[in-house]
Parts: sequence; structure tokens; C-alpha cells
Amino acid sequence: MSRIGVFVCQCGNNIASTVNTKKVADEMAKIPGVVYTGDYKFMCSSPGQEMLKEVVKEHKLDGVIVSACSPHMHEKTFRKACESAGLNPFRCEITNIREQCSWVHHDKTKEVGTIKSIDLTRMTIERLKRNRPLEKINIPIKKKALVIGGGIAGIQAALDIAEGGREVVLVEKEPSIGGNMARLSETFPTMDCSQCILTPKMVEAELHENITIHTWSEIERVDGYIGNFTVQIRKKAKYVNEDLCTGCGECIEKCPFKADSEFEMALNKRKVIYTPFPQSVPNIPVIDASNCPKIQKDKCGACAIVCGPKAIDFKQEDRIITEEIGAIVVATGYELMPNTRFGEYGYGRIKDVISGLQFERLASSSGPTGGEIRRPSDGEIPESVVFIQCVGSRDEKKGVAYCSKICCMYSAKHTMLYRHKVHDGQAYVFYMDIRSGGKRYDEFVRRAIEHDGAMYLRGRVSRVYERGGKTIVQGADTLSGTQVEIEADMVVLATAIVARSGADQLAQRLGIGYDKYSFYNEYHPKLRPVETVTAGIFLAGTCVGPMDIPESVSMGSAAAAKVLSLFSADEMAREPITAFVNEPICNACWDCLNACPYSAIESKGVKDRKGNIVRWIANVNDGVCQGCGVCVAACRSKCIDLKGYTDEQVYAAINAF
Amino acid sequence: MKIDREKLHSPFVEQVERVSGEVFANCYQCGNCTGGCPVSFAMDYGPSQIIRLLQLGQEQLVATANSMWLCVGCLQCYSRCPKGVSAASILEALRQMTLRKGEDHEDVGGLPFPFLKDAPQQAIISGFRKFVS
Amino acid sequence: MMMKIPYYPGCTLNTVAKGFDVSARESALVLGFELKELDQWNCCGASFPLTPDNVMGLAAPAKVLANASSEGDVVATLCSVCYNVLKRTNKVMRDDRDRRREVISGFIEEEYEGGLDVVHFLEVLRDKVGFDRVRGAVKRPLKGIKAGAYYGCMLLRPFDDVGIDNAEAPVIFEDLLRALGCEPVEFPNKIECCGAHLAMGGEDIVTRLSSNVMASAAGSGAEIIVTSCPLCQYNLVKSRERMMEEGGDLRIPVLYFTQILGLALGQDEDILELGSGLHDIRPLLEERGI
Repeated sequence: MSRIGVFVCQCGNNIASTVNTKKVADEMAKIPGVVYTGDYKFMCSSPGQEMLKEVVKEHKLDGVIVSACSPHMHEKTFRKACESAGLNPFRCEITNIREQCSWVHHDKTKEVGTIKSIDLTRMTIERLKRNRPLEKINIPIKKKALVIGGGIAGIQAALDIAEGGREVVLVEKEPSIGGNMARLSETFPTMDCSQCILTPKMVEAELHENITIHTWSEIERVDGYIGNFTVQIRKKAKYVNEDLCTGCGECIEKCPFKADSEFEMALNKRKVIYTPFPQSVPNIPVIDASNCPKIQKDKCGACAIVCGPKAIDFKQEDRIITEEIGAIVVATGYELMPNTRFGEYGYGRIKDVISGLQFERLASSSGPTGGEIRRPSDGEIPESVVFIQCVGSRDEKKGVAYCSKICCMYSAKHTMLYRHKVHDGQAYVFYMDIRSGGKRYDEFVRRAIEHDGAMYLRGRVSRVYERGGKTIVQGADTLSGTQVEIEADMVVLATAIVARSGADQLAQRLGIGYDKYSFYNEYHPKLRPVETVTAGIFLAGTCVGPMDIPESVSMGSAAAAKVLSLFSADEMAREPITAFVNEPICNACWDCLNACPYSAIESKGVKDRKGNIVRWIANVNDGVCQGCGVCVAACRSKCIDLKGYTDEQVYAAINAF
Repeated sequence: MKIDREKLHSPFVEQVERVSGEVFANCYQCGNCTGGCPVSFAMDYGPSQIIRLLQLGQEQLVATANSMWLCVGCLQCYSRCPKGVSAASILEALRQMTLRKGEDHEDVGGLPFPFLKDAPQQAIISGFRKFVS
Repeated sequence: MMMKIPYYPGCTLNTVAKGFDVSARESALVLGFELKELDQWNCCGASFPLTPDNVMGLAAPAKVLANASSEGDVVATLCSVCYNVLKRTNKVMRDDRDRRREVISGFIEEEYEGGLDVVHFLEVLRDKVGFDRVRGAVKRPLKGIKAGAYYGCMLLRPFDDVGIDNAEAPVIFEDLLRALGCEPVEFPNKIECCGAHLAMGGEDIVTRLSSNVMASAAGSGAEIIVTSCPLCQYNLVKSRERMMEEGGDLRIPVLYFTQILGLALGQDEDILELGSGLHDIRPLLEERGI
């Protein structure tokens, strides 16, 4: 006979207001095998846990039920308490009578809530009776990290992990690390030059003995599980031998062909063999194959002729390299929503309507105008510039419902940069709200208005159009309740921040969650913001959602701390809630193998005494299995079961209802 | 309404700033002044709206609004302004600028006798100062 | 020898608000000091110039201050407006070197650098005499009279320049009333405007603002309203007259705080100019057996 103890939590009034906890406890005492019942105000409190431990010892319990909140909240707490009282932690089960009972029933007579709590607890008792003690699984950890994305968040994560003494593989899609931050002119609210604070970090990453950088590379495939990932990386053909190239730049100089510069947001041209910007890391060019006449039509080859170390290799092909990885930090960053979606603002049609990132390049001393604010159409210095905020942001119909968070700040910064460079220029900003939460942020915006004369108009712009060679901005100022018309020499759109295109496919490859905007989901948005639901995969930066540089850097460091703490032990223990195969009756139909979303099931040969394989059966890799139970549902011969949730337990629970 | 650099920095706007000693850009349009103003109910534009129109360089609307003549100078606006802007000073400046052009708001000769007889001197003197050039 | 405090009555107290003046002087004598009227004084201008470029508006009050500085190092006022104008002007003369120069060289032709201390009679009672001593001198406690202290604007604002008390939650008036035996009544409009100089040409607005003040006080249980400003008093009284003409009914007497003080100190009712009809507080006192 079992010796089960049932503890019913009042959770202050959270449960007690609609559940008669005393009655639940009393009813449970009538069930055979239950030797102790009681209710208490807060089971999760220290006295509550102490009481539980005392009772376990005093009544020599062999099983514990806590009827309280969701097991997501305190299953760990109570199992730990049981363990310290000498009980196998998996002999402790939680009945959820809060989220699924007291919170959803408003019957103040407590009748419904009490009946339901009694039913739920009774079911758990029957399930517990058939629980077997389980032992935690120990898995080894490979102490090498993969960082996907070489923007500021990824660089910070890589540097911190490397400084912690662990190896890092940093994978970047573009020819250089640096990300969007490399494009920025100055940064709010301190007005540091972006490149000046970023490039030292890029160089540090390049030179760090623990960091291996793969640029012009993408993640091809990810297998395995926490501590034991196998990652295939596609190194795209650069047509330049990285081992031989000295970065002298002669090839770039001599290349006679040009294409739009991605880095300059098409404000400028680059050569067909190129590095995105002068401070690129690594300083090794790539050939843009689709525009290279040598590769396309076997004509030219000037670069190869001038290359001293003979590093140009037109025959180079993509390579797949494989890395054994213990933890992954995803830091794939953001891009801007295509402005062409907003025909009313004339982007793409009116030359002097540009994006915020394009303005960054105009203001940057390394940009196409050498830092002078000159408009794209005729290179003239604009005397009035209209900045339009919330283009695509907070626009459920054409854009996205969320706020892109950084635009208020960078638009204010833009007006200041403009005023500092064009002293008699007039900047206008159309805004809906000014969102400048952050240390010294609102002061910064006020400075733009009060000191640098930016004219802020509260309202959305309805339309930007050309009239007699002028760009007319037509909007509203709701503060004065009037329609407003401004003749602008240039218009800058603060376009919505969106996840990188392809972010969803990468998420699928990694097995992590993402929202409807393809931003990656945190395990818990407040309490576990850098973790994903997939153990061993962490998040940093704007792949999670719009954020500014300090937040991205903090998140990079936080993810690195998570990786380093994981790497601090040689093995890690994990929950033993995994599937297991009843080997004699498996008939090797492989339905389970095909159904498993984690590739945790493999085939195993059953050998006779002489060592010959006589038949094949399914086998569960405990390290990979997440205990989701899909295989159990798929198995036609009912030979796969889930520890802690066996068919026997589930049927017993149902029968008790 | 058309907005351009000339309007935003027009001589009128600059004069109101100079006379009042206030900088319109400092106002972030929270509306506290209009909220606490005892006479905003009767004004064409409340104090914050007057400041907004000045920020936008709208001389015509500001100069013809009755707001400046209604301000009693109770300084509730200034007392509670989080930015330290005195709407009362701005309205006073508008009033002064009008009076200095010789455009009186009150006809002294037409004041009723009972008022002149009963009213405290301070009412008559401050009234003259506010309404008569 | 009795302490003498130089005193600036201002125009209104010399004419239509004589009761304010007399009751203060008499009360001071009872409390052991003399409000000594300045030998030479002129009108303060009745409004502090709100624009910094209006230096001319500072001339009259600066002249008052310059004259007063030869008679002592402090000057006391009773009228809230005079107090506001003199105190703020004094601050300019003390702290703003440029405007001081303009005022002196352009108008008053007399050196003055803001050395005076401009005080209100309420401050004298609180800080020099002490409300406890006032309480001790009370001969006729106004027991149970519910009084609403109406501060208005000029006594309080702007805080940085005037600073007599917390501008949003002042208590100086109530503390005095309590010392006199009254029961001060808190009411929402006690720091709101009466309509001020809109008395000239803006009667409708004054009626609205002033009757709001009176209704607010009466609604909070006040039986009398006490003020320190002749313009407030005038606006309240005139507004009530206009309301009564239109059938309204607000019978709450409006008195200067010094009249209440004089009553409590046991002075002859006849010299306090307590007014007649609706202003008269005597029927109320009689009813309460005071």
C-alpha cells in the first residue's frame, strides 16, 4: 500500500476564494493509500516547504501531491523539498488547482471549484500511485559555442565567451562582421561615432585566439541537443583564397566593374570584387559572382592578374564545414521593412525620399558624401528636411502593430546631426508619440527640440508628393488641430524594424520558436529573456524584437553568461521524463522515428548471443528526447511509453475521474 | 496651414519671445496650463494652444485671438508648468505688443461710474495697465 | 518702547478698504507693536510686470522700496497685490543687476539694491509675534465659526518669488484662524482666481470665477470667507450682488482676516467697519452667543 501525503495550497486567496481547500484535503484522506492530508496558506513559502519536509519524514511518505499552482511555477520547488527529505523527487506530483481551476471559476460559494479540485487531486493520486522513481540523466557537454550573426550583439557574446576561456565559432552572412551598427554615423544619446566604438571590438574578435570567424557563411543544418549539437556551416564561395589573401586591395582597385553597394544602401556603387567598407573584418574581399564577367562569361580576370599572392580562385565552390558545438547564441539582427510598401510616401519614386539607415550613411564621415548632408537627386544641401516617424510601425494595416522602439531616438539624433552639419537648415519631425524611455534619452530629445531647433509636429503624414519640382509633405499637427503642409528638400522615413528575412527558416532549423513577425521567442519574456524553449540555444539582440545598442550589448553579454555557466561543468543533469521502448514487442515499423520532431529515435540492432544482429528495433536517445510524447501517440503496437506519464498512469487517472 | 522656416522664425515670433523672455521650443505641449487656467473656458485658444500656434509661427491666429485679453495673470500656469514656461508672460507680451501699437482694448471714457466709484484702486490701475496703452 | 514696523498701506487701504487698514493697526497695538505708516509712499502699480522687458512697470514699486529703505530694513504690507508686487520687485532689484541699473538710472534716480525685507502682515503674526501669542491675546474666541480661508493668487504665486507658504497647500491663514478660535474649512477653490482686473469689462467672467469660489467654500461648510486682498473682496461681493439680482442665493459674508482678528482680540466692533447687510458677521456671532 502507498503512503501518500496530499498538501492543498490556499495560495492566499488565489485558490481559497473559490475552493474550499480544507474540504479538498478532508476528501482526499478517504482515499486508500493516502496517509496524510492538510491545507496551508502558502505551500511555496519557506514554512510551507519546511512543513512538507517534516510531514514526509514523520509519516514516512513514499509519495507527495501538492495541489497548488501550475507545475511550471513550483514543481521544481516541491520536488527539491521532497528530495531533501529523502524522497525520490519524481515521486512528487503537482495538481494544478489554480490556473485551471480557482482562477477560471468565479463561484463564490466555492462549490464548483471545490468539486473540481477534488476530482483533479484524486486523478493525480491515482497517477502517482503508479509512478516509478526516476533518476536524472547526465549528459556530457562539448565546450565550444556557436554564435550566429556578427553584429554588435553577436560580437559581444563571442568576446565574452572567448574571454571566459571557451572556444567560439562566429558565423556571419555578409563579407564582414559589424552588422547594422557599422552603418551608423553617431549613436544616441552620447553621440559617439559608431565606427569608432565598434571597430575596436571587431578587431578584438578577429584577433582573439578563442574566436574563429566565418564570414560569407550560413547555417546549413543543426542536429543534436544541448551540449551536443552538430552544426553544418556553408562557407559560400568568395572566389578569394582566405589563406593566401593579404588584404592589400589591389584587386579592388583594378576591378573595372561596379554594382550597387549593399552596405551603402544603394546610395553608392562598389566594385564587383569588394569589401563592404574600409574597416571590414576580415579584410578579405569577395567576388559578387552574379555581376562578375569573368565568372559569368569568362571575360576580364583583372583581379587575378594583379593579385600578388595569387589568391583569386574563380573555381572556388561553396564548402560545408562541420562543427561540434555545446551551445548556440542566435544574434541574427534586423533589417528595415521595404519602404516601397508605402506608396503614399513616394519611396523609390521620389529620389529625395530616403530611409533612416540611408540618412545614417549620408551623415557618416565614411559614407558616400563624406559626411555632408547632400540629397540623392542633385547632390544639393537640403535646407529643410522632414523626418517621418512610425513608417510601417504601429500600422496594423500596411505594416506591423508593434513600435520599433529606436526610431524616436534616432530621428531626434538625425535632426541634431543635420543641424550640426547644416547650420541654417530646418528639421521637422512628424511623430505620434515620442517614446524616449531610457537613461538620458528624453533629455536628448528635448535637446534636439530646445537647443537644435527641430520642429516637432504631432501627427502622421498622409502623403508625400512632388509639385513643381518641390517635395510636398502633407500631414497634420493634432496639437493645433490643423492640416499642415511643408515644402521639403529631403524626406527621411523612420521605417519599421523587422526580423531578418529568412529568420523563420533558421528558427525551424534550430528548433526554436518565433512569433508572427518572425522575431524569436524568449523562454519567458521577463524572467528568462535570453533563453529559448530549446535548451542550449540562447538569444541576443534585435532578432528578439526592436531594441537599441545598449540593450543588444547587454543581451549579448547575458547570453554569454548563460553559455559560460553551462560550460562550467563537464556534464549536465536533465529531467528523466523521456520515452522508452518495450523492446520485445517493437515491430520496427518506424512510425515513431518518423514522427519524432527532435530526431531522438534511432534504430538499434538486437543481437543474439554470438553477436549477430537478429532484428531491428526503435531506440530512444535519452539525451535528445524532450518527452513530448508524439512517439507514444504514433506507436501502433503500444510499445513506446513516456516515463512519468505512462499509459497505465494516464488511464488510472482517467478512471479516477 | 503652410509651415516654413520663415514663419517659424518670423519677426513676430521672435519679438514675442524677446518681450516675454520665454522660449517656445521649451514647451512640450502637456496642456497643464490650459488645464489649470481659470479663464481658458472663455478663450479662443487656451494658453498651451497659443504657445503651439506661436511654435508654428501662426501670427494671424495668435494676434486676433481673445486669449491675451482674458489672462488674469494668476500664474497658475507658471506655478505648475513642468518646463518652467510662463504662459502668462507670453500672453502679457502679446498684450504689450498690441498696446504699444496704440491699440487699446478698453475705452477709458466709457467705464461705468459705479465701477469707478466702488472699485478698489488696484482694479482700476491694473485694468489700465492691462487694457490701455 | 513699543516695536515699530514700517508699514505700506497702499492706495486701496486708504480708500475703499479702510476697515482692512484700521483693524490691522488696532490689532497690532493690542499685540504689542505698531504698524508705522511710511512717511512717503506711492502706488505700487497694482500689477507686477510679467514681461522682463517692461522695466517701466518696476519703477513705481522700486520707488516705494527705495523710500522705505530709509525708514528701516523691513516693510510690511496687508494687501496681497501690494505684497506680491513689492516682494517680486524687491527680488529683481536685489538679483538682476541689469534691470536694477535700468530702473535706477531711467526712473527712480535713487540707489537701491533690494536690501529690504518685504513681509506680509500674516508673516509678522506668524514669525515675529507667533500664533501662540496671538491665541493668548484672544479675548473673544470665535468658537465654532467655520471660516474658509481664501488665499487667491497674489499671496502665493509664484512660489519662488513670494514663498510665504506652500503655494499648492498653504496653511498660514488656517493656522491664524485656529488661533482665533475659528474652525478653518478646507475648500477646493481656496487658491483659485477671483477674476482680478477683469472687474474692468469682464464682469461675466468675474461673476463665474468668484461665485465658484463662494459656492466652493459654502459647499464645504464655510460660514464666512476670509481674505487678504481688497480686489478679491470686491469681486466676490460684486459677484454676489449680480447673482442675487438674477435670483441666486449665496449669503456667505466676506471679511478681511484683520477684521476677524480684531473681533477676536476684543476690539470695538464699530471701528472694524464690519460692513452691513450680507457682509455683516454680527448676526452670526449673536446667533452663536459670541
